[in-house]
Amino acid sequence: MVVKGLFYTQEHEWAKVEGDIATIGITDHAQEALGELTFVELPEVGKEVSQKGEIAVVESSKAASDVYSPVAGKVTEANTQLTTKPEIINDDCYGAGWICKMRITDKASIKNLMDATKYEEYLKGL
Amino acid sequence: MPFIANTDEQRKQMLAEIGLSMEGLFSDIPKGLLAGKLDIGEGLPEQEVRGVLAELSGKNSIDLTLFLGGGFYDHFIPSAVYSIISRSEFYTAYTPYQPEVSQGTLQAIYEYQSMICRLTGMEAANASLYDGGTAMYEAMMMALRITGRNKVIIDDSVNPIYRVMIESYTKNLHIELVKTHCETGQANREQILSKLDTDTAAVILQNPNFFGCVDDFGDIAKAAHDKGALLVVSCYPISLGILKTPGAMGADIVTGEGQSLGLPMSFGGPYLGFMATKMEHVRKMPGRIIGRTKDRNGKDCFVMTLQAREQHIRREKATSNICSNEALCALTALVYLSLLGKEGLRETAQLCADKASYAYGRLTAIPGVRPHFKAKWFFNEFVLDLPKEAADVIAKLIEKGFAAGFPLSRYYPDMKNSILVCVTEKRTKEQIGMFAEALESVL
Repeated sequence: MVVKGLFYTQEHEWAKVEGDIATIGITDHAQEALGELTFVELPEVGKEVSQKGEIAVVESSKAASDVYSPVAGKVTEANTQLTTKPEIINDDCYGAGWICKMRITDKASIKNLMDATKYEEYLKGL
Repeated sequence: MPFIANTDEQRKQMLAEIGLSMEGLFSDIPKGLLAGKLDIGEGLPEQEVRGVLAELSGKNSIDLTLFLGGGFYDHFIPSAVYSIISRSEFYTAYTPYQPEVSQGTLQAIYEYQSMICRLTGMEAANASLYDGGTAMYEAMMMALRITGRNKVIIDDSVNPIYRVMIESYTKNLHIELVKTHCETGQANREQILSKLDTDTAAVILQNPNFFGCVDDFGDIAKAAHDKGALLVVSCYPISLGILKTPGAMGADIVTGEGQSLGLPMSFGGPYLGFMATKMEHVRKMPGRIIGRTKDRNGKDCFVMTLQAREQHIRREKATSNICSNEALCALTALVYLSLLGKEGLRETAQLCADKASYAYGRLTAIPGVRPHFKAKWFFNEFVLDLPKEAADVIAKLIEKGFAAGFPLSRYYPDMKNSILVCVTEKRTKEQIGMFAEALESVL
């Protein structure tokens, strides 16, 4: 499942851009591949990350994967609900399962991302 | 005969293929460290070789009365320990590759972890590491991961062998090792607090420290936490039968050498590193962890848990490259602690302390023998200053049947006349008396 209006990476992260703020999460394809999530390591508020920099870790019973930031920015908020209920990502990865919000420091970096149509094509090619 | 049987001809071909001579192949190894020829005649029959080896092993002093500690301790080991651990179900099993089939092994490790937690006053322990020194190194790396910082403060009252290991491991890493110097027998507060800052990942201490002195690191834990740093404490597990636990002092990671828990003293091991931490840091802890859960029928069962930290899943981002553990040694510790029980452990620790206190009185009454530190807060080891060089005195006492202690000048050059003396529950009043007489006679 892919949602229109979001930006996507080849590593299966999504970003929703509203003004200077980007909300970040992992895609349906990613949560499906990982299986039931057991732990999410959230970034600290204030952390600065470059595009493709490590921003979080998602862990399931069979794997642990780094989450790379789709944009360059500074973390303004982390979804602390995931600390006790990481499975929210499995249930609603584009909604309640968001990982963090960032203030975008380099808007040009958004151009490197795929839109929903391109990401869907990318998934078909995997 | 070489272990790998290849012919001279094959060796020549292989060397030609890579364009090296045999000397060139091993040029990275300093000459002095290369294995020389064995001083045993060529082509001897097995019976004669055995004879040579038996004669060699006969040169070992195995009947000395031990007052030697310094990290490894001569405690009594009940015979039942060996009987239980040598059951083939335990003895022959290496890492279980289908772990959940080996419920007995997993249960034993789980119980071992629980005992380490109870002993240290911590919330979570791993299934063991190689030894006390590597456990301390892993704790340091864990503190770096948790804090994202790279400065570490270590007091020189920490076992010097562990410190050498840490220095050797970190030589080529970007870690700033800051050393503080123990003067009074307690950790050097003044130096530690002046060096503690918001770049510091951890303060590493030991209790009782290498000199045997007992401390309470509560104040240092608080100061470290105020700067966002962690306190790592290495401890001597038997002492925890009566001493305040590192957990109660506010330590974040606790490690130690588990040899004293039922493992015989042997040159080079195998030994047992233990590690415990707070639940909040469990995902940053290296090593295997066994958890208890319920199977689909609702029955208790044991599983390997939090495996996503480990090398086979996280690859180069794993919490450690060491994914093995000392399962049989951990089992030994578990069996030893189970046989002693809570009361037995307390009694053993109390006996060690009482006998050490008695020996301290007898030895410091000898003319010319003085305690090195003013404070008398020790567990079962203490430092004495002798009127002569400690190493010479120790050599003379070996001839009289005593391993008198550890010559501290080996690691502390300005402590030429100082000896570290250890007394365990195995020493009798008579042995202590004879030791005092022997020491007096050689001074």
